[in-house]
Amino acid sequence: MTELNRLTIAAASAGLAKGEFSARELTQSCVDAMDERSDLGAFITPTPDLALEAADQADAKRKGGEDAPLLGIPLGIKDLFCTEGVQTTAASKILQGFVPTYESSVTTNLLRDGAVFLGKLNLDEFAMGSSNTTSYYGNVVNPWQSASKPDMQLVPGGSSGGSASAVAARLCLGATGTDTGGSIRQPAAFCGITGLKPTYGRCSRWGIVAFASSLDQAGPMARSVEDCAILLGSMAGFDAKDTTSVDTPVPDYTAELGAGVKGLKIGLPREYRVDRMPAEIEQLWQQSAQWLRDQGAEVVEISLPHTHSALPAYYIVAPAEASSNLARYDGVRYGFRADAPDGLPEFSSLEDMYATTRGEGFGAEVQRRIMIGAYVLSAGYYDAYYNKARRVRSLIARDFTEAFEQVDAILTPTTPSAAFGITEEPSGVEMYMNDVFTVPASMAGIPGISLPAGLSSDGLPLGVQLLGRPFDEEGLLRVAQALEDAAGFTATPQLMA
Amino acid sequence: MAQTIKGQTGEWEIVIGMEVHAQVLSESKLFSGASTTFGKAPNHNVALVDAALPGMLPVLNEECVRQAVRSGLGIKAEINLYSVFDRKNYFYADLPQGYQISQLYHPIVGEGELTIDLEDGESRTIGIERIHLEQDAGKSIHDQDPHRSFIDLNRTGVALMEIVSKPDLRGGDEASAYMTKLRSILRYLGTCDGNMEQGSMRADVNVSVRPVGSTELGTRTETKNVNSVRFIRQAIEFEARRQVELLEGGGAVVQETRLYDPSKGETRSMRSKEEAHDYRYFPDPDLLPLQLEQGFVDALASDLPELPDEKRARFQAEYGLSAYDAGVLVAEKETGDFFEAVAKGRDAKLAANWVMGELFGALNKASTDLADSPISADSLGGLIEAISEGTISGRTAKDVFASMFETGKSAVAIIDEQGLKQISDEGAIESALDEIIAANPAQVEKAKENPKLKGWFVGQVMKATGGQANPAVVNKLINQKLG
Repeated sequence: MTELNRLTIAAASAGLAKGEFSARELTQSCVDAMDERSDLGAFITPTPDLALEAADQADAKRKGGEDAPLLGIPLGIKDLFCTEGVQTTAASKILQGFVPTYESSVTTNLLRDGAVFLGKLNLDEFAMGSSNTTSYYGNVVNPWQSASKPDMQLVPGGSSGGSASAVAARLCLGATGTDTGGSIRQPAAFCGITGLKPTYGRCSRWGIVAFASSLDQAGPMARSVEDCAILLGSMAGFDAKDTTSVDTPVPDYTAELGAGVKGLKIGLPREYRVDRMPAEIEQLWQQSAQWLRDQGAEVVEISLPHTHSALPAYYIVAPAEASSNLARYDGVRYGFRADAPDGLPEFSSLEDMYATTRGEGFGAEVQRRIMIGAYVLSAGYYDAYYNKARRVRSLIARDFTEAFEQVDAILTPTTPSAAFGITEEPSGVEMYMNDVFTVPASMAGIPGISLPAGLSSDGLPLGVQLLGRPFDEEGLLRVAQALEDAAGFTATPQLMA
Repeated sequence: MAQTIKGQTGEWEIVIGMEVHAQVLSESKLFSGASTTFGKAPNHNVALVDAALPGMLPVLNEECVRQAVRSGLGIKAEINLYSVFDRKNYFYADLPQGYQISQLYHPIVGEGELTIDLEDGESRTIGIERIHLEQDAGKSIHDQDPHRSFIDLNRTGVALMEIVSKPDLRGGDEASAYMTKLRSILRYLGTCDGNMEQGSMRADVNVSVRPVGSTELGTRTETKNVNSVRFIRQAIEFEARRQVELLEGGGAVVQETRLYDPSKGETRSMRSKEEAHDYRYFPDPDLLPLQLEQGFVDALASDLPELPDEKRARFQAEYGLSAYDAGVLVAEKETGDFFEAVAKGRDAKLAANWVMGELFGALNKASTDLADSPISADSLGGLIEAISEGTISGRTAKDVFASMFETGKSAVAIIDEQGLKQISDEGAIESALDEIIAANPAQVEKAKENPKLKGWFVGQVMKATGGQANPAVVNKLINQKLG
C-alpha cells in the first residue's frame, strides 16, 4: 500500500476502480510525500485538508456507483489558475492574499471529472522565467541531482517549475501547467517528465492569470504520455467565456495511443541545430529519430527558415501583451497595496500609490518585461518592434504550415541544455535562450509535447520535443507514445518521495 | 451662415470637429453580462471582468454591435465588415483593467454624413469620419471623504459609440445643431437615449481658428466632456475668441486638452501635448477581429425606422406643414408620433398649431414634457374635432384646453360639464335675436344708420344664450336682419 503516490494516473485509476485502495489512501500518500519533500518548494499553498475531504467525496461517489475519468486522482495546480476559495498568487507579492470567488474553466473541468486538488504549485512570477527563480515564494528545487555535483541544487526549469518538480518527485500524480513560450515543455524536460502544450484555443484561458494572452495555453504535466492524454481529455474544450477558445470536439486522446508510427513522416528541422548545443543533446535527437525510423516512420530533414527570428519576436510580443495585462495590478481593488512612505498616513498622489505598489509588488524580471513591453508599444516604436514582430510571427506560422504539408510531426530537442544550478543561473539573454526550441511552436499556436528520452552524461534527464498540426493532439500523442515506448525512460530523481 | 469672429486684424473663421460619445442602449455592457441600468447603488452593476479580476476575459455583446451598425446606417455610413478591438493603455483608478478596449485602427463604421438644420432655414451636410465602439470608464468620487476617494464601477465597461465628425462645422450654432441632429437620429434609432444630463451623450470639441479665406487649419484645442448643447455653443464661443485674441496678440495656440467650466463660462487647460499620454495602442489579444456578414448588415438596414429627415419631408407633403413646423415636430420622435396621432383624420394644420402652441407652452410652463403630458394625443384630437365641427369656438377651446391640462379629462367631458357647447342652431339664435330686435326698435334704427352699432346686438345675443351662441352664425343673422 506504500508509494501509491508513485503510480501513474492510468494505474491509479485502475487500482481505484478495482477497489485495491481508496482515493483517501492515494491522496494521503501524496500529502505525506508533500510533507516529506516540502524542501523542494514545489507548493506555494498546499491544501491537504481540502484534498483529503475531496478524496473522501470521491470515495463516496465511487461507492455510490459513480465513475468519472479522474475520480479520486490527486493533482497539483499551477498557482496561475484561479481556484475558488483558495489563494491564487501567480507567485507574485502583488497578489498576496488574493482569494478568487471563481474557479478557472480548466480546473472546473478537472473537478467535474472527479480530480482531487492537493494545492497550488510554485512557478516563476506571472509565469515569466525559465528557472523558477523569480517566484516571490522562493525558488523551486529540481529533484534531480547531477552526478558530478550532487550537492548543487538544480533549477526545475520554468515557468511551471513547481508542477514539474512535484510530478517528478512523486508529490502528485499529475499537474496543470501553462505554456507561453515553453513553460510546460522546458521544465518537463529538466525534470524528466512529460508535458504537453496543446494548440492555442484548445483549453480555455478563462480564470488563468494572463501573461501573454495570444500565447498562453494550459496543458497537462505527468509521468507518461498516456497520463497527459487522460488529463488533456478533461482540460480541453470550448468555452464561451473565452472567445479565443475553439469550438471543436474533444476526442478520446487515449484511443489512438498505440497506433504506432508506421508510415508516418517525421521532420527534423535543420535550423534547430544551434551553436554550443552539447553533443549529447544532438545524439539524443538523432537517437530519437532512429527509434521512430525503427518503428516504420520515415524521417526527413525539413527547413523552418524563420526559426532564428522566433525568439526575438517572442520577446517583443510576450512582454508587450504582459505590460498591458499586468496593468490591472495597481493596489486599488485586490492583492497587495504598499504603505505610504516614511510612516505618512497617505500617498501624495494616485500615481505615487501606483508606483510604490507596483515597485514593491513586482519582482525584477516582471518589471523588466513590463518596461520592455511598454517600450515596444510606445509611439514611434510600435511599427518598428511590435508590428514587425507580428509579421515575423505569421512567417513562423507559415513555416510550420508548409512543413506539415510534408510531414506529420516534427522532432526536435526540447532544450539546448540539461538543468543548471540555481546559483549558476545564466542572466538576461542567455536565460532567454532556454526557450529557443519551444518558442517557435508557441508563436505558431501549434501543439508540442516534451518527453524524457535519456540521461545526460551527468545523470540528468534530457527531453525531446514533438510538434504537431493544429488541433491534432491525437496524432502528436500517438507519435509521443511510440517514442516513449522506444526510449524506455525509467530513471527516477534522487529527491523523490 | 457660418459664424465668424471680427478681430482687430480681420475676420476669423471657426473650425470645429466633434467627437461625440454616445452610450449604446443595451441591456448589458460591451464585454460583460452586467446590467447598464442607470442610478443603481455604487458597484451594483459589476461583473468580474468589469472589475478586472485576474484571468477574466471579455466577451463581445452582439447587441452593442447591432446598435453600432444601426447607428452607422442612420448616418448613411459605410459599415466595415472587418473591425478590430484595440487596447488603449493608461492608468486611472476608475479604469480597472489599466486599459480601455476601443477601436483605433479598424473601426466598425466608416465615413458617413449628417444634415444639420440651421435657424435661418438653411441646411448643411456635415461629414462623419467614423464611429467606433469602446468601453466607458467608471466614476471616481472625491467629495465624500477628506482623505479618501471612492470608485463606482457601475459605468465601467458600458458600451460607447465614439462618433467623430470631420472638421466641417463653422461655429457654435452649427455645432449645437449638429449635436441636436445627431441626438435626434440616435434617439429615433433607439441606439442611444440621448440623455445628456445623465452623461449618455457628451462631446469632445476640437476648435481652431483661421483668417477667413485661409484654407489651412490652425492649431486646435480639444475641450473634453461637454455635456449639453448650450455648453457646447458657449465653450466654442469662448474658446474661439480666446484663440483669436491670442493670435492677434502675437501669441500662438497651444495644442492641448481643455475643460469647460459652465459656472464661469470659460475653458481651462487640462494638459498640454507634452503631458499627453502615450496610449500604447495594440490589438486586444483577448478578442478576435470582428467579422460581419453583409446579410447581417442588410437585415438591419431593411429594418431601420423612419428617420427625422424623411419624416420631415413626409410631414410637409402629407400634412401640408411648413418646413419649419415639420422640423420642430420631428426633432423628437415622440413629438412626431404625438402629432401624427393628433392629426390623423383631423385638421393637420390645426393639430400642428395646437401641439406646438398651446401644448408645448403649457408643458413648458409646467416644467414637464410630452411623456408626462396630462393631455393625451387622443384627447387633444377630441379638442381639435370640437373646434373643426364648430362645437366650440377657438376662444372657448383655450379655456377647455386649460381645464383639460389641469384635470386630465377629455375635451368632450369638459364641454359637457361646463355647458360650453356652442349654439350653432340658426333657429334658436334667430328667435333670441328676434326677441331682442322686437324689444329695442330704437337701437335697430341706429344700427341701420351706423353698422358699427351691430356689435351691441351681438353682445345681447351672447348674453341671452349664456355666451354659447356660435359668433359666426350670430353675425350672419344680424347682417341679414339689420343689413
